[in-house]
Amino acid sequence: MNAGEPFIRFDWIIDNLDQIGQRLGEHVLMVVASVLIGFAISFGLALLARSHRWTYGPIIAVTSTLYAIPSLALFVLLIPITGLSLTTGIVALVLYTLLILVRNIVVALDGVPPEVVEAATGMGYGPLQRFWRVELPVATPVIVAGLRIATVTTVGLVAITTFIGLGGLGYLIINSGTRRFFPTSIYVGVALCVVLAVVADLLLLWLQRRLTPWAAAQGR
Amino acid sequence: MQDAAGAVVAFEHVTKRYGRSGGPPAVDDLTFTVAAGEICVLVGPSGSGKTTTMKMVNRLIEPTSGRITIDGQDVMSLPAVELRRRIGYVIQQVGLFPHLTVAENIAVVPGLLNWDKPRIQTRVEELLDLIGLEAGSYANRYPAELSGGERQRVGVARALAADPPVMLMDEPFGAVDPIRRDRLQNEFLRLQDKVGKTVIFVTHDVDEAIKMADRIAILQRGGRLAQYDAPAAILAEPASEFVEHFVGADRGLKRLSLNRVSDLELTHPIVVRAGDDRAAARARLRDGDGAGYALLVDAEGRPIGWIDDDELAGGGTITANAARAGAVTVEPETTLRDALSALLGSSVMLGVVVDERERVIGLVSVESISDRLRQAGSPT
Repeated sequence: MNAGEPFIRFDWIIDNLDQIGQRLGEHVLMVVASVLIGFAISFGLALLARSHRWTYGPIIAVTSTLYAIPSLALFVLLIPITGLSLTTGIVALVLYTLLILVRNIVVALDGVPPEVVEAATGMGYGPLQRFWRVELPVATPVIVAGLRIATVTTVGLVAITTFIGLGGLGYLIINSGTRRFFPTSIYVGVALCVVLAVVADLLLLWLQRRLTPWAAAQGR
Repeated sequence: MQDAAGAVVAFEHVTKRYGRSGGPPAVDDLTFTVAAGEICVLVGPSGSGKTTTMKMVNRLIEPTSGRITIDGQDVMSLPAVELRRRIGYVIQQVGLFPHLTVAENIAVVPGLLNWDKPRIQTRVEELLDLIGLEAGSYANRYPAELSGGERQRVGVARALAADPPVMLMDEPFGAVDPIRRDRLQNEFLRLQDKVGKTVIFVTHDVDEAIKMADRIAILQRGGRLAQYDAPAAILAEPASEFVEHFVGADRGLKRLSLNRVSDLELTHPIVVRAGDDRAAARARLRDGDGAGYALLVDAEGRPIGWIDDDELAGGGTITANAARAGAVTVEPETTLRDALSALLGSSVMLGVVVDERERVIGLVSVESISDRLRQAGSPT
């Protein structure tokens, strides 16, 4: 920081609204895409883990290992396949969501009270009907709780993709901020990240309330 | 809508073995027939296969050999899902669907059977009425907003929704306290009088079996049928040492469970209300037949408690909190055993008989119970 420079350069913010908006859009896109794709894959894996219990251990082992791989190493592994692209960024972020989501969906479905499942079976639901119309709706509050964690985590993780020229708001923090010693860019990036995380979390909370009005009755 | 009457359920040499063949059977060569419209209670110690036996009727468990028929049709001849939609199913933990309202819970099986909307709605209202829950205030509640007893009643309504000829009930009142259990049992008996289903009811409680059953199947360890008979016959002539032991040493006392309060000639209490004149009440008490107590009731005729001569002393009117001793209430369906037990816990040794809306309809005393027993003849 140069002496005499103001704490925040509002003129820079105004001059660069375009770039900030573009980075924010990129950030949101990467979060939404990774969480959606991650959820779809996790849902499949969770179903597999529940129908074939023995697969649960290996699935958790593999997703834990993926979670533990440092992002740089992951990019080194992915770049030969998908290049320096948005795909590489999203694949990495998706892999990081799996551990949280798979475990959470399995726990949610396991948490459906056994008497509810027994009653459903005894009343004549077929296995598929029972899953979609009883087990999944009853598990929804816990599943959405997991989605919230995964989403907020991903909002923070997007910054790592700066290494491959993406980064969303992370670009503002790392490239134009830290590398060029320009604090205003850092503040803007961090503030927008926080706002994004909070807004995403509230949005999912609202969605959960809408989807499961009964859960509020249960908490009372 | 006229409810369909029950169907005959027949077990023919039904055996169930778990795991590889050669293990001991959980249910061993059961043969018995449940008549249409009867309540058959399966009772026995744990490991006697009573729940397994019940679950084979709707194929939650499938028999290893033998067959079960409903009105002559083998349960294995239908797809399991279709079979289950024709059989009501009530379990101890109820298992209401937490994400559906009361009305939606009751509508589940009619929905699976693709009834049209107006028909389902009419049926839901009919059933809520039948179990005594007001549709206006209960239909849109979630199960979490109900009391334990209300949940259990909704569970019964849900099982009755598509008007199945057969109901399976697995310890349906096992998870509620004794007083509420007595209420729920009485309520179910009144309901059964109206709907006349064939009910297969599992319990480990002999007293509940005697109270609820038209016929009791006593199972013993290893899933063998020890005796299948009417409750009175089982108490009078236990078929084996096992049955005698299982039913208990107090068989004479248990015979009290064969009769209900409605079998007694009820006496009528001297009823007073808040606001009545004390002097007039004292006069009625003196002219009465000597019990020495007046029963204070509220505006709807529900009992509040007992008042004696001393508390009526002085002038003015009776106040709502004048009663000293609380009144013990029983229902017409309460067994004499439970009624006697309740009376002995009452300071005035009198039980107030109340109807479904808790209004006073008469009195039972220890004397009226013993008179009834004398008429019935001494236990054989």
